[in-house]
Amino acid sequence: MKMIEVNNLKKSFGKLEVLKDINMDVNSQEVVCVIGPSGSGKSTLLRCINLLEEPTGGDIFIEGDNLTAPKTNINELRQRLGMVFQQFNLFPHMTVMENVILGPKRLKGKSQSEAKEIGTQLLDKVGLVDKTDVYPDKLSGGQKQRVAMARALAMEPHIMLFDEPTSALDPEMVGEVLQVMKDLAEEGMTMTIVTHEMGFAKEVADRVIFMDEGFIVEQGTPDELFNNPQNERTQAFLSKVL
Amino acid sequence: MMETINIILEGLPTLLKGMGVTIEVTVISLILAMFIGLVLGVFSITKSKILRTIATAFVDIIRGTPLLVQILFIYFGLPSVLDINLTAFSAGVIAITVNAAAYLVEIFRAGINSIDDGQMEAGRTIGFSYSQTMRLIILPQAIRRMIPAFVNQFIVSIKDTSLLSAIGLAELTLAGQSIYAVNFRAFEILFAVGVLYFVIIYSLSLFSRWLERRLDVA
Repeated sequence: MKMIEVNNLKKSFGKLEVLKDINMDVNSQEVVCVIGPSGSGKSTLLRCINLLEEPTGGDIFIEGDNLTAPKTNINELRQRLGMVFQQFNLFPHMTVMENVILGPKRLKGKSQSEAKEIGTQLLDKVGLVDKTDVYPDKLSGGQKQRVAMARALAMEPHIMLFDEPTSALDPEMVGEVLQVMKDLAEEGMTMTIVTHEMGFAKEVADRVIFMDEGFIVEQGTPDELFNNPQNERTQAFLSKVL
Repeated sequence: MMETINIILEGLPTLLKGMGVTIEVTVISLILAMFIGLVLGVFSITKSKILRTIATAFVDIIRGTPLLVQILFIYFGLPSVLDINLTAFSAGVIAITVNAAAYLVEIFRAGINSIDDGQMEAGRTIGFSYSQTMRLIILPQAIRRMIPAFVNQFIVSIKDTSLLSAIGLAELTLAGQSIYAVNFRAFEILFAVGVLYFVIIYSLSLFSRWLERRLDVA
């Protein structure tokens, strides 16, 4: 079964057509990177996959469940889809630990001590176990993004979505965030990543999707796409960013 | 000087009783108004056009008419067409509640809107419903920012209760009037009335400053 299946997806904002007939799927344990110029619709695609944006047309299936069917419980379904944002979106009124364990406590019925155990484990994994009781405004960008990943992972998602996770970071902090993502990929997490980090895509992705003007122009293994792009738009884009 | 003090002391039991009524009306009204303000404030930011229209219409109508007219309308106007009998106290509570609620709707709306959209998105993607995200993530942040505006409205509402003297509610202002109507010492009595209002309002200001300092720590 496909983890994510997108059929004929369309999305318009008013008259502006951002996604025009997108078809894609993501297999279990697969790492898919979506690249493309800004305005190509890649973030919108990712936001449609967890219904932060309502599709204008087409279907999206998450582990076989139709995302937009009326009987689908979107809150339950989103627990299976972890999301990491460009702007981190940590909860500023809660400590790092409280950020991470809010979901497990309130949605998975974990006790405070069970939740803290999970929280400590995840903060250890992202290398921030010493920041447990700190508020987010005391953290650097890279640290915030690692907390955001721990928070998403605390719900034990089956799929992780990343929306330009390193774009708001100072250059020296990009590495620490990519490292955590790389570890996740190696553990077999199914991941879909919208990114501008071509080096990361080359190294970690199983498949790279190139989007432009609301279409998927080309996709393939990193080797195929980066070293032997077929479409001239892909070639033009890569010549600018590589 | 002694005479002035004596006159005030003589009136004090009546004034304190009036002050008690003022506080009672204010506290009941503001608790109800906060509840209505929150509900309509959330209405005003939902996607539902009907709910938004309800909230906007309520705010526009109440803000667009004088409080004194609202008080008189509720106490004299409504009973003349509906088969109800309101005491001055309940009419007063209704009027102050409705009036304060209209301003509180706007405070809630602006406060909630001031929280970054990413907070709602982060809550929803974890798997929380809209109302859970509101309750656990948005409101705790928004309410901290709203405290100064709340206190401002509370102070206005406390002073507004003096208008309830027009429908014969024995609150602080009417208590004062009833004393100087007999002893003709308007200066002393109204001075004392003013001091008592000041005591209520200044205590509230001190409390809110303390509260803001406490919440700032987090």
